[in-house]
Amino acid sequence: MTTLQSNTTELRTCDTTGLPVFKGAEFFIRLNAVCAVVFLLVGGIAALLLALTRWQTVHLLGPEWFYRVLTLHGINMLIFWLLFMEIGILYFACTTLLNSRLFSKHLAWASFVLMVSGAVMTNSVILMGKADVLLTSYLPLLAHPLFYLGIILFAVGALLGVFNFFGTLYIARRDKTYAGSVPLVTFGATAAAIIAVVAVGHGALALIPVFTFSLGLTPEPDPMWYRLIWWGLGHTSQQVNVTAMVAVWYLLATLTTGARAPNEFVCRAAFVLYILFINLASAHHLLVDPGVGAGWKIWNTSYAMYLAVLASMIHAFTVPASVEIGMRLKGYTRGVFDWLLNAPWRNPGFSAFFLSLVIFGFIGGITGVTLGTQQINIIAHNTLRIPGHFHATVVGGTTLAFMGLAYYVVPLIFQKDYIARPLARIQPYLFGGGITLMSFGMSFAGSEGVARRTWDIEAAGVYGASTHMMLGLLGIGGILAFTGLLIFVLLTVGTLLIGKSNKGRPMACWGVPKTITKIGAEAEREVDPHNTPGAMTLVVILLVAFAVYYFANWGALADVWHVR
Amino acid sequence: MSITAPPKDWFQAPSGHERVWLGMAFAWCIVLFIMMPLWHFKGKQNSTGESYATTPAAFSERVDRFVAANQVGTHNGTPIVEAPPGGDAYMLGRMWSWYPFLKLRVGETYRLHLSSMDLQHGFSLQPMNMNFQVVPGYDHVLTITPTQAGEYTVVCNEFCGIGHHGMIGKIFVE
Ligand code: HEM
Ligand SMILES: [Cu+2]
Ligand SMILES: [Cu+2]
Repeated sequence: MTTLQSNTTELRTCDTTGLPVFKGAEFFIRLNAVCAVVFLLVGGIAALLLALTRWQTVHLLGPEWFYRVLTLHGINMLIFWLLFMEIGILYFACTTLLNSRLFSKHLAWASFVLMVSGAVMTNSVILMGKADVLLTSYLPLLAHPLFYLGIILFAVGALLGVFNFFGTLYIARRDKTYAGSVPLVTFGATAAAIIAVVAVGHGALALIPVFTFSLGLTPEPDPMWYRLIWWGLGHTSQQVNVTAMVAVWYLLATLTTGARAPNEFVCRAAFVLYILFINLASAHHLLVDPGVGAGWKIWNTSYAMYLAVLASMIHAFTVPASVEIGMRLKGYTRGVFDWLLNAPWRNPGFSAFFLSLVIFGFIGGITGVTLGTQQINIIAHNTLRIPGHFHATVVGGTTLAFMGLAYYVVPLIFQKDYIARPLARIQPYLFGGGITLMSFGMSFAGSEGVARRTWDIEAAGVYGASTHMMLGLLGIGGILAFTGLLIFVLLTVGTLLIGKSNKGRPMACWGVPKTITKIGAEAEREVDPHNTPGAMTLVVILLVAFAVYYFANWGALADVWHVR
Repeated sequence: MSITAPPKDWFQAPSGHERVWLGMAFAWCIVLFIMMPLWHFKGKQNSTGESYATTPAAFSERVDRFVAANQVGTHNGTPIVEAPPGGDAYMLGRMWSWYPFLKLRVGETYRLHLSSMDLQHGFSLQPMNMNFQVVPGYDHVLTITPTQAGEYTVVCNEFCGIGHHGMIGKIFVE
C-alpha cells in the first residue's frame, strides 16, 4: 500500500507550463487517451462506409451491413471515443490543475478495465451480427444480452472514473493543495462530471430492465417508457459533451493565446445553468411522439426560458471575449478584429478550438434549438436534418475540440513532439471543413424529406436530382472529414511510436502570438475587459443568423397540412 | 487565466459588452419560448401527442372494419380506403408496409389513427415532410386537414429492420 501511495504522489514539473504532473494520474490519462483514439479509428472507418452508402450514387454497402456499421459507428463515436477522452480530461482537471495526486489508483484501474471490456464486448456482439438495433435499440427491437451488458459495464466503468474525479476534488480540498477557488476549467469539468452521473443513472434505469428482459427474466418494458428514459441518458450525455467541450475551449484558448475570461463569475454561472436545466432534456426527442402531451413537450423543451440555451449563448460570448482580451493584452488592439486576424491560425490547438467554436455555435447550436422547438420538430423528426445537426455539435464541435486538445496532451503528457507537423497544421481545417460540408448535405437532404437511418431512398420514388446532389455533398464532405480524422489518428499514433521525446525541455511550440507592446501592469491598465467589440460583433452576427433560420423554419412549418 | 485560481474578487456583476449581450441573449430565449405556446393556440400545425392505449390485435381489428366499410379501390394490391370527412381514418405500420392506403379530400378534417403491429415505425409524409412517431401499444391520433391535392407517399423513417427502406404507403388527396 505504501508503495502505491508513493507512486501516486510522485510528480514532475512540466517543462513547458511549469504545472505539476502527477505520475499516477499521467499514466491513466495516457491509457484513456490511447483507447479513445483506437475507438475513434473504429468509428471513423465505419463513418467512411456510411457516407459512401448514403451517397446514393455510390451506395457501397448492402442493407445488412449498413445497419450493422451504423450501430457500430454510433456507439464507438458517441460513447467510446468521447467518454474515454472525457475521463482523461477529468483526471487532468482534478490533478494537474489542482496540484493534487489522483484519489485512487485502484479505482482508476477498475474504471479502465470495465470500460475496455464493456467496449470490446459490445463491439464483438455488433460485428457478429447479433445487435443490428442501432445506438438507441428502441424496444421492441432486441439485441443479444451481451450488447446491453457491454454498455452497462462500460457505463459503470465511466461512473467509477467520475467518482475518482470527485474523490480527488475531495482530497485536494482536504489537503489544501491549492489556494482559493478551483480554476475555471476544473469548474467546468466538475459540471460535466455531475451531469454525467445523472446521465449514467438514466442509462442504468433504461438498460438494466432491457438486459433482464433479453435474458427472459422480466417482462418487456413499455416502448414509450423506454424512449423517455433512454433519452434521459442520450440527451443528458450530450450535455456532458457540451460542458466538457466548453471547458476544453477555455483550456485551449488559454494555452494558445493567453486568453483571460472577462468575468469568471458569469462563466461559472453559465456552467451551473447547464447542471440545473437539463433534467428532462429527453423531451427534445419525443416532440412528435404519442403518450406525452403538448404541455409536457413545451414545458420540458424550455422550462419557460431556455436557460441551458442561455448558458451556451453566454459561453458563445465569453469564450471569444477571453481570447480577445488575451490578445489585446499582448498589444493587438487596433480596430475590431486585429486580435482575431493575428491569432495563431497555424497552431492546430488554436484552429481546432476556434473552428469548433464556430461550427458548434453557428451550425450545431442554431439548428439544435430550432429542430428542438416543439412544433418545428414536425418537419424535421427522423429526417437527415437530425444527423446534420449533431454532426455539427458532437463532431465539428466536441470531437474537433478534443483533437485540438490532443495537440497539447501528446507533447505535455506523453512528452513526445508531434511528427509531420505541417500536416497537423492543416488537419483541423480538413476535418472541420469536411464535417461542415457533410452537415450541409445532410441538412438540405433532410429538408427535402430524406429519412435518417435508411439504407436506400429510391424505393420511395419521391426524391429528385437536387436531393441526390445533396447526398453527394454528404458523401464528399464525409470523405474529406474521414481524411482529416485519419491524419489525426496516424499522426497521433505515429508520434507515440516514433515521435521525438521532449523530456527536459519545453514542447516544440506550435506558434503563439508574440507580445508586441508593453507588458504587465501598463497593458493591464489600457485593456478594459468589459470592452470587447470583436466578440460582441461575432455574437450579434450569430444572433441575426439564429433569428433568420428560426423564423424561416416557422415559415416552412406554416405551409404543411394542418394537424393537431 | 482559466487554468489557475481566479482572482480573489471574482464575484463581479457583469458589465460592459457582457452585460449587453446577457440582456440580448435572455430576451431571445424568452422569444424562443413564447413562440411555442403562441403557435399552440394560433398556429395550425401542432403535435399534441393525443393517444390511447391499444394492442396490435385490437388495433388491427379496427383497421379491418375500417377497410371493409370504406374501401374504394386498390393500388398495387393494397386497398385504397376513403375515410369519411370529419371521421376516423386508420393506417397501421408493420414490417414492412403501411396498411391500408388512404383517399382524403382537401379541406376536410380527419382523425388519423396510427399504430404498429410490431416494431416502432416512423410516419413520414412526403413530399410534405411531416413526421410522427408510431409506437406499438399506442393509438396515436393526428387530427389532420390536407391543404393541397396530390399523390403523397408515406415513408417509414424509424429503423424497423432490414426491409425498412421499402416500407412505403400512399395517401391520395383530391
Ligand atoms: C469522419 C467523420 C464522420 C462521418 C463521415 C460521419 C458520417 C455519418 C453518417 C453518414 C451517418 C449516418 C446517417 C444516417 O444515415 O442516419 C452517421 C451517423 C451518426 N454519427 Fe457520424 N460521422 C462522422 C463522425 C462522427 C463522430 C465523431 C461522432 C460522434 C462523436 C458521430 C456520431 C454519429 C451518430 C451518433 C450517428 C447516428 C447513429 C444512429 O442513427 O444510430 N459521427 N455518421
Ligand atoms: Cu417501418
Ligand atoms: Cu422503418
